[in-house]
Amino acid sequence: MLKVENLYKAFGGVVAMNDVSLDFPAGSLTAIIGPNGAGKTTFFNLISGHIRPDRGRVLFDGQDLVGLPSLEIVRRGIGRAFQVASIFPSLTLRESLMAAVISHRRQSAQIFTRFPLQSAEDRVAEIMALLELTPKANIESRNLSHGDQKLLDIALALAMDPKVLLLDEPTAGMGSEERWQMIDKVYRLWEAEKMTLIFIEHDMGIVFKIAQTIRVLKYGAVLAEGSPDEIRRNQDVIDAYLGTDHHADPQPVEG
Amino acid sequence: MTGRGFLRDLAIAVALLVVLLVLPTVVPHPAMRDFVIYVIAYGLLAMSLNLLVGFTGLVSFGHAAYFASGAYIFGLLMQSGKFGIPLAMLIAIGGTALLALVIGAICVRLKEIYFAFLTLAFQMFIHSIILTWVSLTGGDQGLMGGIPRPPFLGIDLNNGMSLYVFCSVVFVVCMVIMRQVVQSPFGYTLRMIRDNPHRANFLGVNVVRMKLAIFVIAGTMASVGGIVMALFVSGAYPEFGFWTTSGEAIFMIMLGGTQLFIGPFIGAILLQTLNHYVTIYTEHHGLVLGIVILVFVLGLRRGLADFVYLWFQDRKTKQIEKEAGR
Repeated sequence: MLKVENLYKAFGGVVAMNDVSLDFPAGSLTAIIGPNGAGKTTFFNLISGHIRPDRGRVLFDGQDLVGLPSLEIVRRGIGRAFQVASIFPSLTLRESLMAAVISHRRQSAQIFTRFPLQSAEDRVAEIMALLELTPKANIESRNLSHGDQKLLDIALALAMDPKVLLLDEPTAGMGSEERWQMIDKVYRLWEAEKMTLIFIEHDMGIVFKIAQTIRVLKYGAVLAEGSPDEIRRNQDVIDAYLGTDHHADPQPVEG
Repeated sequence: MTGRGFLRDLAIAVALLVVLLVLPTVVPHPAMRDFVIYVIAYGLLAMSLNLLVGFTGLVSFGHAAYFASGAYIFGLLMQSGKFGIPLAMLIAIGGTALLALVIGAICVRLKEIYFAFLTLAFQMFIHSIILTWVSLTGGDQGLMGGIPRPPFLGIDLNNGMSLYVFCSVVFVVCMVIMRQVVQSPFGYTLRMIRDNPHRANFLGVNVVRMKLAIFVIAGTMASVGGIVMALFVSGAYPEFGFWTTSGEAIFMIMLGGTQLFIGPFIGAILLQTLNHYVTIYTEHHGLVLGIVILVFVLGLRRGLADFVYLWFQDRKTKQIEKEAGR
């Protein structure tokens, strides 16, 4: 499915991504963790074509994505939501999703039809239902709560029918209870859509609870990878990141 | 085509046309007709500019270039005596579209202030061509000798009322076209680009191509304004393409507002009314205008139409909240 090989990227003298090779099987649910500045967001940027790696390959269904514009990468099926919700403030939730679905169907240049397109209504309703956003359909995005803005960001990515979905800290800036609600929705989304989902997360409780596989990054390199149990027992990870206090403790812990 | 929205807009357009056509009989003074044609020409300039400023977030400082291009191409074709008015209009519009395509292809890749400056630079370039190519354009004297208005399809535009009706119809047709553009999927794609181009790109929108498309559409609509102007004053002048004309269009948008489709047209009416009355009383009409703009920017913090619109919206939300609170 998605595979990166020897990915390397330096900004000036700082090596942000140092020979990273990872494999994400189809339908897997992977968490990426690591201290601040470990290169997690850079990793997403390299995959989604936002930044071009100095070396290495990003293979998606066997084809190398390096060098393709981000537009093309998203059209091939790699969707992405952002750490700070990246939305369209003056459009309502429904309008935003409608416009995204229209874009995905390559109808953005239609000038003789009227927005919203009847043919896209079903898909928009489906996405809103999936993330329980339907009651907020007619609220302007700028007036949505922080959590709903993050959900809308994910919903926008979903409009592209991604095979791989990259979520950059879906729970950033949320209270503990809100986080669990959010991650619950993400988890159900993954189950329902059977996509390959990769998320960056700081909350270890969440990570250990839902991820199938965890990849730990540090200084732009892979420190460890494995199941939650393996990571929890991994001495390197405990030393570098988890600390000794909460190695076996699935309680939410601030990252 | 989704019918209902379009039909509603069409009904409003017909109503607007009726109002425009009845106006000269209500206010029989010929100055009224002149005033309306003037507002129509500049209204088209301002409304087409708002397709860029208000709907796409592209602040162009060189929009009058296409106004001038429409006026000059049309004027020159008519003076050649080989074309009828409809054909000359089509060629002027098409020629301006081509010009906007070339300039736009270079400009829309740039962001914000760089885009604004480059559009301004191209406008100054065109303005100086008009000034220096005296044998073709008449230089700073403008297209001299008047623009002939040969009758076509039984319509004689030398008749003041016919000219008025013709300009009104052209204007309303352009309004319907622009309205359709902003209410189409393309129009909402423009709003995405205005709000968050980075995200739009990640949703598969080809931002540069969309910007170029609206740049060309806005240019062609501005050229229609120029054509109306050329027909009306029976000439074309370098000031049409001077930066102050672009500035006036931006003033109109600031006065009227960007959020509502009709806003810039209201701005055009306001500005022309102001100009008209202020110049009667004082030579320093720039000073008065500046103060009015300051009041709008600092006082209302938005254009008049936006101000009224938001005030109504606000009231509606409060009412809903009150009812929900009960």
